[in-house]
Amino acid sequence: MYKHNNPSAEGLSTPPPDDQPQSQPEQIQQAVDSLKDQPGAMLPILHAIQDRLGYIPDAAVPIIAEGLRRTRAEVHGIISFYHHFRTHPAGRRVIQVCRAEACQAVGARALEAHAKTSLGVDYHQTSADNEFTLEPVYCLGNCACGPSIRVGDDVHGRVTPARFDALVEELTTSVVSLRGGMKP
Amino acid sequence: MTVTVYVPRDTTALSLGADPVAARIEQAATERGVELKLVRNGSRGLFWLEPLVEVATPAGRVAYGPVTPEDVPALVEAGLFEGGQEHELALGLTEDIPYLKNQQRLTFSRIGITDPLSLDDYTGLRGFEGLKKALTLDGQGIIDEVKASGLRGRGGAAFPTAIKWQTVHDEPPGQKYIVCNADEGDSGTFADRLVMECDPYMLIEGMTIAGLAVGATQGYIYLRSEYPLAQKIFNEALRRAYAAGYLGENILGSGRHFDLEVRLGAGAYICGEETSLLDSLEGKRGMVRAKPPLPAIQGLFGRPTVVNNVLSLAAVPFILDQGGQTYADYGQGRSLGTLALQLAGNVKRGGLVELAFGTTLRTLMETFGGGTLSGRPLKAVQVGGPLGAYLPESQWDSPIDYEAFAAFGGVVGHGGVVMFDDSVDMGEQARFAMEFCTVESCGKCTPCRIGSVRGVEVIDRLRAGEDRDANLELLSELCETMVDGSLCAMGGMTPFPVQSVLKHFPDDLTRSRGGAPC
Repeated sequence: MYKHNNPSAEGLSTPPPDDQPQSQPEQIQQAVDSLKDQPGAMLPILHAIQDRLGYIPDAAVPIIAEGLRRTRAEVHGIISFYHHFRTHPAGRRVIQVCRAEACQAVGARALEAHAKTSLGVDYHQTSADNEFTLEPVYCLGNCACGPSIRVGDDVHGRVTPARFDALVEELTTSVVSLRGGMKP
Repeated sequence: MTVTVYVPRDTTALSLGADPVAARIEQAATERGVELKLVRNGSRGLFWLEPLVEVATPAGRVAYGPVTPEDVPALVEAGLFEGGQEHELALGLTEDIPYLKNQQRLTFSRIGITDPLSLDDYTGLRGFEGLKKALTLDGQGIIDEVKASGLRGRGGAAFPTAIKWQTVHDEPPGQKYIVCNADEGDSGTFADRLVMECDPYMLIEGMTIAGLAVGATQGYIYLRSEYPLAQKIFNEALRRAYAAGYLGENILGSGRHFDLEVRLGAGAYICGEETSLLDSLEGKRGMVRAKPPLPAIQGLFGRPTVVNNVLSLAAVPFILDQGGQTYADYGQGRSLGTLALQLAGNVKRGGLVELAFGTTLRTLMETFGGGTLSGRPLKAVQVGGPLGAYLPESQWDSPIDYEAFAAFGGVVGHGGVVMFDDSVDMGEQARFAMEFCTVESCGKCTPCRIGSVRGVEVIDRLRAGEDRDANLELLSELCETMVDGSLCAMGGMTPFPVQSVLKHFPDDLTRSRGGAPC
């Protein structure tokens, strides 16, 4: 699951005042209500929902449409336009493999093939144990040190097939904080 | 005595293990009772040396790299904390590393030197001096300075920045916007990311100056979602800049107003095209708009809008601080100033190389890059991202400037230089250019949406050895149709890499798959 730490979504991270867990529609409604008055609120809302739930469920479409006074068709069209937004839950971790030219020049095609075989999935699919979803990505901006992959918010460079396997092994066996990224 | 050690924290350094290196250094310092000041600086952009550890010494900062966590004990043993140069990873004074020393860093003068979030570090190296100068000028005065610099859009289109600003400035007063295009989607480019991760206040300063110049009070940075670290660092920089009075309703007590916000894209390459970006910012599908109207007249939410690339805006603080003429003293012809070149792909010494326009690709790839990483001969280089042509050796001696490149059908673009050794199958690269367009086309115009799909099919037939002459002709015609008939650069330039393969590497395209490599 991506965790983008979108500041506009911070309000969503605070637990509800009582101990009752919020239902999914409530969480979606809260995202819409807290962001809908910004200019161009659609993408911030979609990010907030996906950051919170891991995907944008179908049930979100009418709630967003109502909140932003757009048609459901428009909302659906926007969600489906952007590669980043998913409408089904991903595996516990999303692995993005860079397919772009700079990584191709140092063996990304072989790494892609290896990743698919190793996880037993094609792109946009989730491994049978629900551990990993494999996605293509077109550039992570790590182009001098490819091939690159991204897991959560962490980018890994110079990823050989062996390093890929070691990383997957490490992620499977250890409980690593999903937060990743910049350390204090 | 306190020892100051620097361990970078940009995406590339982290991707190669900078965090565990920093942790091991801290651990070693504790064990040895060394009083350590660990600074997580930005990257110097010498990526083949990352993680590049630096230690402050009386003579200046000395460097070690590339350092793995496992190297740390031996490095410490060899006198890391004293700046000792006995270890094989020791590189001497950082500033004397030829790769760095031979650059002309105007925009990137601070990266890697400072803690990206330290306002003191930033202002200590002339940060916000450009803004202070701008606050003494009226809008026209700022634009005149930018005009004198000759700055042209660094995103790829190379449109004169001052003319864009002038257009927005001359529109009647009212809500105007500054939009920064940080949707750095071109493979082989990372300079925007470096700005945002390693010197974020420079972009804040540049955008604020742009706002003052044209009378805009709101800025948006449209950042790609593939850069989560840039987002984190930049948002923290924004928070600190607001707290210190560099942003908001009363900038440095001047009574002038500028607000800034980061908006996240969502994985669509096309949103790097300015009109598509504006639609996306407005909360729509990122569909390309027909021009006119120009965004400078009817841009974001229908209002006059400056849309500039990160690097264009990042060049502005220097220009205001040092004067437009100082910037224009670099470069040649109509390509003035410096260009942030980014060496990537199969390169021995990849990284950021900021140089005045006019150097040759060969110098860049050989003197700076050191040839290929694999050690095999270079075969082709793609300059300017996925829409740029693949250049064969005969074109490596042209000077890098906008006009010289355009003369032979090359694209300087955003300055990405992706090198390929002789193991590359150029037919596969041509196919990928079309395939990428099928994935990333916004779908608005037919040549791009359908043409790219047909392009993949024709290339597949060619590579399967079917009807060679007819398919070559069909592919050429298809490329021409896309170039002439597409609404924006996505469809209009996707054929460039394909055409360059047709022209310079035709054997790769028509050789059957599974055949012997060349």
